[in-house]
Amino acid sequence: MCLALPVRVIELRDGDRGVVDLGGVRKEVSLALVDGVSVGDYVILHVGYALTRLDPDEAQKTLETFAAAGLSPEPAAP
Amino acid sequence: MRRRGFTRALDFRHGQVEMTHGSGGRATAQLVEELFVAQFDNEALRRLDDQAQVEVPPGRLVVATDSHVVSPLFFPGGDIGCLSVHGTINDVSMAGARPLYLAAGFILEEGLPLADLRRIVESMAAAAREAGVPIVTGDTKVVERGKGDGVFITTTGVGVVPAGVNVSGTRARPGDAVLVNGTMGDHGVAIMSLRENLEFGTTIRSDTAALHGLVAAMLKAVPDIHCLRDPTRGGLATTLNELAHQSGVGVIIGEARIPVRGEVNSACEFLGLDPLYVANEGKLIAICAPADAQRLLDAMQAHPLGREAAIIGEVIEDEHAFVQMDTAFGGRRVVDWLTGDQLPRIC
Amino acid sequence: MKYIDEFRDGSVARRIGAAIAREALPGRRYSFMEFCGGHTHAIARYGVADLLPGNVRMIHGPGCPVCVLPIGRIDMAIEIARRPEVILATYGDTMRVPASGRLSLLKAKAQGADIRMVYSTADAVRLAERNPAREVVMFAIGFETTTPPTALAIREAQAKGLTNFFVFCNHVLTPSAISHILESPEVRELGTVPIDGFVGPAHVSTVIGSRPYEFFAEEYQKPVVIAGFEPLDVMQAILMLVRQVNDGRCEVENEFTRAVTREGNAKAQALVAEVFGLRRTFEWRGLGEVPYSALRLKEGYAAFDAERRYGVADRSVPDHKACECGAILRGLRHPADCKLFGSACTPENPLGSCMVSSEGACAAHYTYGRFRDTSRRVAAGAAVT
Repeated sequence: MCLALPVRVIELRDGDRGVVDLGGVRKEVSLALVDGVSVGDYVILHVGYALTRLDPDEAQKTLETFAAAGLSPEPAAP
Repeated sequence: MRRRGFTRALDFRHGQVEMTHGSGGRATAQLVEELFVAQFDNEALRRLDDQAQVEVPPGRLVVATDSHVVSPLFFPGGDIGCLSVHGTINDVSMAGARPLYLAAGFILEEGLPLADLRRIVESMAAAAREAGVPIVTGDTKVVERGKGDGVFITTTGVGVVPAGVNVSGTRARPGDAVLVNGTMGDHGVAIMSLRENLEFGTTIRSDTAALHGLVAAMLKAVPDIHCLRDPTRGGLATTLNELAHQSGVGVIIGEARIPVRGEVNSACEFLGLDPLYVANEGKLIAICAPADAQRLLDAMQAHPLGREAAIIGEVIEDEHAFVQMDTAFGGRRVVDWLTGDQLPRIC
Repeated sequence: MKYIDEFRDGSVARRIGAAIAREALPGRRYSFMEFCGGHTHAIARYGVADLLPGNVRMIHGPGCPVCVLPIGRIDMAIEIARRPEVILATYGDTMRVPASGRLSLLKAKAQGADIRMVYSTADAVRLAERNPAREVVMFAIGFETTTPPTALAIREAQAKGLTNFFVFCNHVLTPSAISHILESPEVRELGTVPIDGFVGPAHVSTVIGSRPYEFFAEEYQKPVVIAGFEPLDVMQAILMLVRQVNDGRCEVENEFTRAVTREGNAKAQALVAEVFGLRRTFEWRGLGEVPYSALRLKEGYAAFDAERRYGVADRSVPDHKACECGAILRGLRHPADCKLFGSACTPENPLGSCMVSSEGACAAHYTYGRFRDTSRRVAAGAAVT
């Protein structure tokens, strides 16, 4: 049951709900499982509920780790 | 309009479809005259015969029929009315034929607001007028409340294929180029955006359109187009599998070459759907000899309905008739037939 | 799409693939099991296997909660749905799972049962609100990712004083399943394949944190790397596992640091602990009875328990005799080895759990990989799993 997406919070609404955006598509979802969400945060969304906030610094670090993995030049495409 | 003794005009504002409208008597006649004939308005219909007698130019006759059961009836970019006109015009066009006439059968559910029905019929009339393909005959039935989904429309179209044009699903050959006229997945996503439990705000509109003008322009540039087909239900992937199977060949497409709007991609991500399998209603797939590909592409891009046309792949020899895709990621995978209904995943 | 596209970059993937090939010791075989169905799907969809060297292979574990849902539980759901007062709300994934008597939820719906697909448990609660004369039953399935949403729905129904909302609970637990694979009695019968390490689930881990896996690493001496959902995450995790094996380490590492912490989501965990308790045992399709692997509603929430309300009896329905799912889920057999694969058993007509959902090993192989069985010459030079 793993289909979950990183989406951006664009609006906060009453009752622990909010509106999120993914590439221009918007949906109202529940933020009840994550405390202290602000507009502009990214959250991981699963079946209409945000599960956790996404940490942009860690995301950047991860991308840098990927880049570091290839110390030799890129091989030819298969 | 000669009034045949109807005591009161149809109440389009507050009225509803009733069982009497389908009984074949005065109420039916009034509905036909005050709504259908008034809107579709052509010589054949005005005669009020049960059938249409029409002139047919020389050439091979093509017949196609399609039933439309779309729900909801109205969606961003269109409605069941224009969809039923476009869909059958396109089916006829995919044979390389010039569509000439349409017939329309309506199954109406008791209780359908006449205002909605009129809106649908107006939309059909506009679509038919714009396409230059009149609706020359039709039929109306009414079923009890609960036994229909508002309205079901079946349209049948006839056209002629001029000599020298031979478009068929069996004609794809290794080396041929595969083209599409624009972005994939718009219609299906526009519909799903309204279905209960799948609401989300999006600016995606259905791409429903009549393609016969585009097809005519394409055939003018390349008379020997091998295959034409519109990827409706089941999407691009399913239709390519059909063609591959019919012709006994394989197809390889490039994911990066397939035009898909950003929001359609996002909507599909949300729902766990693959845009390759989402329905289109104003798109076609064309397969032609490699030497003709550039000329065909240019002709498509010169037409308003082909501005985003692209060559997306090629036909290869393959006894298994697989459709394969070079993914943007860098691997190659099989793109299979659609299994059942593509239901949104949570997994 | 931010945080998605960057993690699907093909050229970066090739670089990581090259690093794996460089660091995997020649002459040594590495077998890693990815537990999460989403990972199985990503590996198949993006052709990750094409980018791995020949001595590194992936084994597809039972991480798809739809696939491991036993036939008997679907039968129970159909029985509940057939009651005229019931509206059964279900996720899309479960609609086509085959049950007894050639039925499925989809077929039962065609026969007249009121079964409605929902995207979220919140939709099911809304259905209950809008249909006070009917009883709405949420067919709740899923691992720890999906359990907090069910708990929230029950709490919401309680707060609103709804008496017509129920949950048919089939939530299962990840760590128990991993244990079971490593040490079940069947292993003696079927033998075992050396699993050198695990790719830990992405979104389950955002909820439960990385801590629960420390037990495995310790107890079974197997490295675990929790990986994000995208193909680059999976590849990086494989590289990290290769390094652990080479170094002789058995640690829990976290590749998905942008969303997973050691503690996980405490709020979600507390919510789940309040509403749900452990079942002593639960049947997993393809694995048999697994102890302490599933949840049921606690006494305090008994009023929302569909099993109690409708008194549906638990039943065990065996799989097809020739079905190899049990062995496939443990990595002992490949889908292509099963006699039923691709002929009697297809995604359109699935006979076993591995073919049922698009994440199952057999379904993934059928949809994405089976052309390799018939034309291995096509992928010249690329690694074949």
